Amino acid sequence: MSTGSVEQFQQSLSRLNTASTAVAPDELVSTVADLVEPPAVGAELPFDGLSIADAPVTLDPSPSRLREAVTGVSGSRMGIASLGTVAVESRAEGDEFIALYPERHVVVVRASDLRTDLSDAFGWLRAEFEEDCQSFILATGPSSTGDMGALVQGVHGPKEVHVIIVRDNE
Amino acid sequence: MSESQQLDADRIRTLLESEGDEIKENTRLFNTERYDAVKAVGEGAHEDNRTQAREIKADAIERLPELIDRTRKAVEANGGTVYVADDAEDANQYLAEVADNVDADSVVKSKSMTTEEMDLNEALEADGLDVWETDLGEFVIQVAEEAPSHIVGPSLHKSREEITKLFEEEFDPDESLDSAEKLTAFAREYLGECIDDAEVGVTGANFVLAESGSIALVTNEGNARKCASIPDTHVAVAGIEKIIPSIAELEPFAELISRSATGQDIPQYLSLLTPPVDTPAIDFDSRDESYFGNSDADRDFHLVLLDNGRREMREDDDLRETLYCIRCGACANSCANFQSVGGHAFGGETYTGGIATGWEAGIEGNDVAAEFNDLCTGCSRCVNACPVKIDIPWINTVVRDRINRGKDPGFDDMLVDGLVPDKEEPGTPLRKRFFGNFETVARIGSATAPLSNAVASTGLARKAMESVLGIDARRDLPEFRRTTLREWAASREPRVADPERRVALYPDVYTNYVRAERGKAAVRVLEALDCEVVVPDVGGSGRAPLSQGMIATAEKKAKTVAESLLPYVEDGYDVVAVEPSDLAMFRREYEKLLPEAAYERLDGNSYEVLEYAYGLLENGADPDVLPAGDGDGIAYHSHCQQRTLGLEGYTAAVLERLGYDVLTSNVECCGMAGSFGYKSEYYDLSIDVGETLADQFEGAADERTVVASGTSCMEQLDSLLSPETHHPVELLDPERR
Ligand code: SF4
Repeated sequence: MSTGSVEQFQQSLSRLNTASTAVAPDELVSTVADLVEPPAVGAELPFDGLSIADAPVTLDPSPSRLREAVTGVSGSRMGIASLGTVAVESRAEGDEFIALYPERHVVVVRASDLRTDLSDAFGWLRAEFEEDCQSFILATGPSSTGDMGALVQGVHGPKEVHVIIVRDNE
Repeated sequence: MSESQQLDADRIRTLLESEGDEIKENTRLFNTERYDAVKAVGEGAHEDNRTQAREIKADAIERLPELIDRTRKAVEANGGTVYVADDAEDANQYLAEVADNVDADSVVKSKSMTTEEMDLNEALEADGLDVWETDLGEFVIQVAEEAPSHIVGPSLHKSREEITKLFEEEFDPDESLDSAEKLTAFAREYLGECIDDAEVGVTGANFVLAESGSIALVTNEGNARKCASIPDTHVAVAGIEKIIPSIAELEPFAELISRSATGQDIPQYLSLLTPPVDTPAIDFDSRDESYFGNSDADRDFHLVLLDNGRREMREDDDLRETLYCIRCGACANSCANFQSVGGHAFGGETYTGGIATGWEAGIEGNDVAAEFNDLCTGCSRCVNACPVKIDIPWINTVVRDRINRGKDPGFDDMLVDGLVPDKEEPGTPLRKRFFGNFETVARIGSATAPLSNAVASTGLARKAMESVLGIDARRDLPEFRRTTLREWAASREPRVADPERRVALYPDVYTNYVRAERGKAAVRVLEALDCEVVVPDVGGSGRAPLSQGMIATAEKKAKTVAESLLPYVEDGYDVVAVEPSDLAMFRREYEKLLPEAAYERLDGNSYEVLEYAYGLLENGADPDVLPAGDGDGIAYHSHCQQRTLGLEGYTAAVLERLGYDVLTSNVECCGMAGSFGYKSEYYDLSIDVGETLADQFEGAADERTVVASGTSCMEQLDSLLSPETHHPVELLDPERR
């Protein structure tokens, strides 16, 4: 498995009209703070040494907070550089809800977790399945539909996705 | 079609008017985007994925009983339940019980054709449950109380304005819903509440992974994610054919499914779920309690695997391939007839488009398939579009054959005397015999020409043909030539003393009896390029009977053709065909009709005439012996089956090499498709399809010579533009100099 490049990942994201920001690990909390539009909810990140506990987001929110939230912040343990895809994992922290309900989804990915393409990503998935991590949503851009007569973004999922890439490998 | 409706001329006309515009726009958009996406990823890579996907499906269907077993074990080990339902009723009952066990009042669903097939909504509603479709397309259809018109886009026959009217009447909103954005926001809000309130979420499954007991879901809206995670109880419903061994086999499908469906490299959401998932249960009753209401409920998962005829399809050598289908809709989008009339005509109880014949025949029976099966003209444009390489036209042909025999148990398609109109027995089989045995008609017509032409064109004869045979009186009939191509060729001396190559030119029925001029041109062109040309005494290829579903006759013809042509091949002759539909028989359908060795010999040694000329020129033949194009404009329409074989480029290349300026059409089919456009009830549809082609050439037709490779295409263009369409080989004819 080779590592995909941050530049290519960002290019793919911009093709999906999805904004992205690449930051150093110690800039993460302030970047999240800049990007959230309140009220915000979050699921604690699945990474050692990286946390959003100090960012202005409510972790483990109540159902009403979840429904009211404008922004949801969660992490992704994998990104696909050629496609701009992230992985929303079905975790006890509730990533799936955080990534689905609010209009804006802010996703944190580590640069070292970028895969080059879908084939590489499947290599990663197979390894995860071996390790009994077997529920992921590969999410690419905002939710969309053409069913109402024109292409519209933001249906049952987010209208807008913002990806933060943490340069953890420099 | 939810209720069976006779597909007659009136119904087709109504649908063309009411739904045709939206269907055309949307299916053509999907179709173009698919072509673009395949190009972008690379034809080679795409082809590799198709090959792999097909192998995986073939293997999985072969090992299905074992895979069902493994799935059951894995799901149960994860803490879920598997139920294999024999039929729709069985499955519905199970779902009703699941809902009953959790005291459900309402059920939310994401898009699932399999639950459409089961009529699940009706069954649950009859049990007093509220059922909500959360995919917006399905929601529109649910509110409109209509049937889906397309496998992927169930409501794509509806315009935004129609949906606005529908929703405003149904929901009486405070604000007008006069844009796609407002409609989407309204539906999101409305359905969002339904999902939060529902006790049971039902999803489909595009794939089931046996080893881990997982399901894969392909969606763009996010509703399947919600239906699978918000209600505590999740039921996934899938046909048994959806199982593949493991995550390792999913990759080619992840590449193919959205690219084939909508031209996306990957769907917005590819969910890989191994339920019950770790996402916590959410409790909206404890709305202010943290951790999502701190629910103590356990997640409950059921996988319902539906048989409903599938195990029998698996045993059926001809229908089995249907089970490889991943329901991408590409066969519908690439189908010219579908693009015009949509799934409310071209579809059965549940499924729509080319592959619907296989599904409906297997699930509902031949009667349902019979309602729309004739709309497949065998143009074969879906063959290269299908991500799992299903021979969709063959399935349509086989089912047509079965329908013929079912309607008329005495139907023996080998009987040519079936041609004699039997007044006691009008109707379809008779017309099928007429078109299927066109070779006999042509032989007699030619022997008695020009008298036969004169008689056939009288008003009285046309009326009789229309009422007895259903041949539309608005169509011009082919005019038979008194001197056939073969007779003409036999009367000539050999012209080339020391030939470079030797050619057996196949005299197809049309070239021999009707369009002899294109055959003569072909002979002269090949001779000018230093080939010895013989025109063997050989009968029809079987294309005509095959297109009527008369497989036994087609098989007999194929054998005769092979017996006549293979000795030439053994003697070093190349077989060259003028008519692409006959060449396609040699190169595609004969695989099903001939022993393998004979098929391979013929397939490997037969060529389309311009493909052959291209090869000769590439190998040093002198183009100057052919008339020069001098920059003249050509409007060229390649034949559908020729394009499927990948042969359209040769004609344009040869014409350009000779100095012509070539404009090529990009429609899937001319709409004539052999006998199709002659049939009264399909006349309007045939013209509607043809008009797209005519529109492309409209402005150009005055300055450009219109050429087409297929007889049918020439007839269609003659009737829609001007009666001067030629075969491209006629432009190369040295006699034109
Ligand atoms: S038959 Fe092939 S092209 Fe048609 S829906 Fe199925 S998979 Fe797609």
